Amino acid sequence: MAQSCFHCALPVSGGGRFCCAGCEAVASTIAEAGLGAYYETRTAPGARPEPLPMPALPAGVSEIALALERVRCAACLWLIEQVLRRDPGVTRCEVNYATRRAHVAWDPQRASLASIVGKIRAIGYDAAPYEPRRQQALERRERRAELWRLFVAGFGAMQVMMYAFPAYVDELSPEAAQVMRWASLLLTAPVLAFSCAPFFAGALRELRLRRVGLDTPIALGLAFGFAASAWATLSGTGEVYFDSISMLAFLLLGARYLEGAARRRAAAALDPLLRWGHEKDFSVGQVIGLAPGERIPADGVVVEGISSVDEALLTGESRPVPKRAGDELAAGSVNLEQPLAMRVTRSGSDTRAAAIARLAERGAASRPRLVEAAERVARHLTWVVVLVACVAGIHFSDPWIAVAVLVVACPCALALAAPVVFTRASGALLARGVLLTRARALEALERATDVVLDKTGTLTAGRLSLKEVTPLGNLGAQECLELAGALEATSRHPVARAFPGSTMAVTAPRHVPGQGMEALLGGERVRIGSAAFCAELCGGSPPGSAASVYLAAERGWLAAFELADRLRPEAAALVCELRRRGLKVHLASGDRPELAAALAQALGIEQAAGAMTPQDKYRYVERLQREGAVVAMVGDGLNDAPVLARADVSFAMGSGADLAQLRADVVLLADSLQGVLSSMDTARRAMRLVRQNIAWALAYNALALPLAAAGWIGPWEAALAMGASSLTVLVNALRPLAAQSRWKASTSSFPSRSPSYS
Amino acid sequence: MESLYLLVPVSVALVFVTGWAFWRALHSGQFDDLERPAHDVLDEDS
Repeated sequence: MAQSCFHCALPVSGGGRFCCAGCEAVASTIAEAGLGAYYETRTAPGARPEPLPMPALPAGVSEIALALERVRCAACLWLIEQVLRRDPGVTRCEVNYATRRAHVAWDPQRASLASIVGKIRAIGYDAAPYEPRRQQALERRERRAELWRLFVAGFGAMQVMMYAFPAYVDELSPEAAQVMRWASLLLTAPVLAFSCAPFFAGALRELRLRRVGLDTPIALGLAFGFAASAWATLSGTGEVYFDSISMLAFLLLGARYLEGAARRRAAAALDPLLRWGHEKDFSVGQVIGLAPGERIPADGVVVEGISSVDEALLTGESRPVPKRAGDELAAGSVNLEQPLAMRVTRSGSDTRAAAIARLAERGAASRPRLVEAAERVARHLTWVVVLVACVAGIHFSDPWIAVAVLVVACPCALALAAPVVFTRASGALLARGVLLTRARALEALERATDVVLDKTGTLTAGRLSLKEVTPLGNLGAQECLELAGALEATSRHPVARAFPGSTMAVTAPRHVPGQGMEALLGGERVRIGSAAFCAELCGGSPPGSAASVYLAAERGWLAAFELADRLRPEAAALVCELRRRGLKVHLASGDRPELAAALAQALGIEQAAGAMTPQDKYRYVERLQREGAVVAMVGDGLNDAPVLARADVSFAMGSGADLAQLRADVVLLADSLQGVLSSMDTARRAMRLVRQNIAWALAYNALALPLAAAGWIGPWEAALAMGASSLTVLVNALRPLAAQSRWKASTSSFPSRSPSYS
Repeated sequence: MESLYLLVPVSVALVFVTGWAFWRALHSGQFDDLERPAHDVLDEDS
């Protein structure tokens, strides 16, 4: 069913709600004016034609990516987002304009996938769980329909212009003029009936809902012009406007087509991962063979063979990673050298690639405050536009002026200004192994004044090794190690990896963030962790010289462990570069103060604090913020989650971690700190583009609106100007995001890899 | 001037013929990918 834009009455190919970004803004206004009533008109009958074929969701899943259909412009997406957000059962909803997908999380008690899709259907769209292949077919169909409409309008307009031309320059005989008029009528009819159908469908819908959107005035203008011209042709008197009508249709459709192309290009940056994150399902435990050069289809563990794989898609790191039996493989990476056999551990949407893709999409869909403000302005602007159009039209008694005002002031550019930039920033960062989970991070990153670095796992590689074991009680070194291994078996802290596996069994293990582990061994409580943590259990202070980790039981101290960690090779360069940029660098470590101080001195960090619990770090960040700092925090994302949440923007080292558990704005997928700098560069550039775009869009509207209202701009010029403004914004948004960082990378002291900057 | 009575209908017919040709091209997939084919020229393997 062909539909028209809910707001601007332009055609919505395939049947979305809005035709363009401007309409989105307008639709917002409409929604504010009483979206609830709209629900009543649509959902009350409850006539849902057919139950949706729902794919069985794994139990407990209450989050999904939905591919939205019949969506024409950003306004449709806005409407969908608002509708879903008003559903009390929906806990989170983010709609990405560039990819046209909605990320929805819901409360299983109060909503279901069926109820959510039902809500979307109720407002005239359709949604299905995102499947790349289905999506591709859908997109191809939409693109073809769009092109076909555009061609009909364009060729019609061209030809009609040729018939109209003689009348402009020459005195035609009445008979010849009549022939020209009939030919124009014949060619404008399909343009109006076919190419403009979505505008009319939109106007009808608006009429049904008793609202005025952007479709209504355009449809009215087109219909009025055509009817008057057709009457003039039939009766042989009066003026004809066929050329204006077909030109207007062509320019509006053309702008929309180019907008769609740019949007698709921006979305393509996220595509490789999305494609590989949704490979066909393998059952868990299945053993599959991988030929050299083959893309690994699921997450798994190598059972046989030695090879190396290219994990560039996931980490941005193009150096091959050696793999042998027991090593983990991630879907989306490529087996390079030898055949491998792997056992599947996770497939389909459970894979790491799928998790990255989900987070990246969610990140691109979220909006910084600046953008939310711009969207609010756009919504209010639309009412001003409608008002001005009415006044101007009545004042000049010329409906064409009203149409020109409505077309020229469609705040499309304003609504387009940011989403494309964010989607691109997200894609560009992902290509370098930096996963952006919240676009807000870009804004904060740009303003950051202080960087707080964690030590273990952040500045150091987090691959701790055991240097020395000193028994303190009556247990031998080997027994202490066994016990320590058993205690740390359930911990994900980097320290835990330093201890060997153990056959000893402990019960009721409990993890105390930033402190250590506690468990029961045969009824006695034992602890492993910081000296203070262990001292709580056994009292007193540990004998001997200070060490990093202690083991203690209720009856007394058992052992001290000295751990060694390797400093990341890029840590010093990172600190140096951050300071060069005028950022204050802090070190907040849970380790002993003298170690923290030594490390800080080695790296050139001025402010270092050791022996900090997560609460201490939290207060530290809070204090900095009270002093007016915008704090970026870099941590491991697991043990310092509250601190990361407190900071204005947070980085987490994501290599090897379970992404679903990371609570950070930016996840560094590659095992390297370089991502901190590249995300700062990208943030700066992306925010600059967004600001330029918003400024341009506002300036354009401020300039064009009075001109059109004064009657200086005709409808087709208005359509051209509107298209040009949207395209300027889009082209600006498509400018490279990494140009600056490329230059920086080659001049900084970073060991620069082959720069595959996009 | 009389030629108009022939030429204008012919031009209208031509528009429809062109429209049909474009429809064919569109649905044979010619416009599905507007970028890659341009790079194919530079690719010696294909």
